[in-house]
Amino acid sequence: MELRVTDLTCARGGLPLIEGLSFALGRGEALVLRGPNGSGKTTLLRTLAGLQPALAGEISCPPEQMAYAAHADGLKSTLTVRENLAFWAAIHGLREVGPALEAMNLQDLADRQAQHLSAGQKRRLGLARLMVTGRWLWVLDEPTVSLDAASVALFAGVVRAHLATGGAALLATHIDLGLPEARLLDLSPYKAAIPADLGFGGFDGDNGGAFL
Amino acid sequence: MIALLIRDLRLAFRAGGGFGLGLGFFLILAVLVPLGVGPDPATLGLIAPGILWVGALLACLLSLDRIFALDHEDGSLDLLATSPIPLEGVVAIKALAHWITTGLPLALAAPVLAILLNLATPGFGVLIVSLVLGTPALSMIGAFGAALTVGLKRGGLLMSLLVLPLYMPTLVFGAQAVTRAAQGLDAVTPLLLLAGITAGSVALLPFAAAFALRINLR
Amino acid sequence: MASLWEYANPVKFMRLSGWLMPLSAVLAAALIGAGLIWGLFFTAEDYRMGASVKIIFLHVPSALMAINAWAMMLIASLIWLIRRHHVSALAAKAAAPVGAAMTLIALLTGAIWGQPMWGTWWAWDPRLTSFLILFLFYLGYIALWSAIDDPDTAADLTSVLCLVGSVFAVLSRYAAIFWNQGLHQGASLSVAPGERMDLSYRMPLYLCMIGFGLLFLALVLAGTRTEIRARRARALLTRERARA
Repeated sequence: MELRVTDLTCARGGLPLIEGLSFALGRGEALVLRGPNGSGKTTLLRTLAGLQPALAGEISCPPEQMAYAAHADGLKSTLTVRENLAFWAAIHGLREVGPALEAMNLQDLADRQAQHLSAGQKRRLGLARLMVTGRWLWVLDEPTVSLDAASVALFAGVVRAHLATGGAALLATHIDLGLPEARLLDLSPYKAAIPADLGFGGFDGDNGGAFL
Repeated sequence: MIALLIRDLRLAFRAGGGFGLGLGFFLILAVLVPLGVGPDPATLGLIAPGILWVGALLACLLSLDRIFALDHEDGSLDLLATSPIPLEGVVAIKALAHWITTGLPLALAAPVLAILLNLATPGFGVLIVSLVLGTPALSMIGAFGAALTVGLKRGGLLMSLLVLPLYMPTLVFGAQAVTRAAQGLDAVTPLLLLAGITAGSVALLPFAAAFALRINLR
Repeated sequence: MASLWEYANPVKFMRLSGWLMPLSAVLAAALIGAGLIWGLFFTAEDYRMGASVKIIFLHVPSALMAINAWAMMLIASLIWLIRRHHVSALAAKAAAPVGAAMTLIALLTGAIWGQPMWGTWWAWDPRLTSFLILFLFYLGYIALWSAIDDPDTAADLTSVLCLVGSVFAVLSRYAAIFWNQGLHQGASLSVAPGERMDLSYRMPLYLCMIGFGLLFLALVLAGTRTEIRARRARALLTRERARA
């Protein structure tokens, strides 16, 4: 099983953002997405995760095999760290949260309410959620935001362990994770051309293009 | 699914979860109406079924925007949408949690308020039954309205405008059942119709609400 | 024969509606004018209701279109959800204010008629109540359209609301009948024996009804044309912003 993306076009707010993107990601591999702000990293990841439809192209891997982590961690402030994690574990049909807590160095905070965590601790809890999904493909949007250097290294170790057990990771990030084995994919060459013709072309299913 | 139900209930019962607000609103309404209408027991008894049902309906409405808005804000809704649970199931469970924390307590508290409003004795049993049968529909319809407006900045007022017209059949059959029972008439027909609305809403609206959520997450 | 779906293309729709809209507007004016003049000045007065019965020539057609406008929105919403034709969604959007206006006209003319007949401007009669509820459904639908910025999202969500609302509007109708049997007379165009209106009344009424139908068509076409132009302007603006 691998992720194979073919000729993908995705749009935000009715305008195509990425066009003709193709890449493959097999088990044990990590791929880091690069590109300036607004180049469509978040849009691409949301499209892969099945949260928004692709305008064109194919994604070989169904969203059910991906663990998606966005900017927001999906934490409930009045639940404890353990309760937050146990909830996501139960949603994904797993029971054990101990290893995930330990891996992200959260075991001492396990009984603290999420509202009393620092931003970096919250982020670590959000990333610990990935480990209790039991899914092989991690799709991560800026996973290292608000993490300090030690936590970034901790996280890189978790990703490496995930790859070693046959997992894969697709990361959009600006910083160097310390994952030398990860391949880089620059999104800039796939920036969608802005429709130039003013004639009325196709009129079905395209977002607003009918009116250009 | 059970985990989601337990989480939502736990969140509602913890500090700041909003449990009891609807109940408090219901109580205040039952106190305000006699102050506005006058203390005449006959008048109060006459309007009691309607006031109690309208009060329950508004108390339900009050907490609807919490169903999805909080999960949308903190990103949980995105993660739930990518989880193994179908979004239709998420909607149904969240509506159930809303009913357990709002509709059910209202139904149980209603007889106490019915005393304040001088409802005729034969109406009490039917009042509880009608609320138990009817409030699940209110929660489910409300979940649909909340799903429609989840992405909007100030969706609360708009949601009331969308949801209240949808509440009308439920209100009519619920209040009619209590009115008829209070007058010593047969209340079975409106209760059956009420149960029908609830059954139909629970069966169909999760699909409409999940569709709306998918659109809003896009 | 060319497929009807061709007119889902905004260009073809604009071309078609460019001449259909003024034509139906002129026809609507002619038919409503003729129907009203015939109905108001050349029919006998009712022995019970006197001249006030003649408001029927506005009341019944507007009530008819109030319901048909919602039905049209329902069909247009379904077409949008199933076939994703933008024009269909925009037509549904354009029909809503027209339908709301028709509902309001039906309610107002009903009140003006009801005052001398029933001695009250308003009664909580099931038909009146249903129309008031219908008016609230229109308001909610219009409010949802105007609250959402992205046109496709708005089209999707309002379409679902229209579908669900249709079911609940029908339920409300039966709930209202259950709730109160009412004062309102039977259906004006009932063919049941003893209830049927005289032909001299029915003819101008038919004229007015067809006229109102054409008026609705003209208004919806005009509204849809405006919406298409607005979408085009929006698309151009988005493109310019993206280039900048």
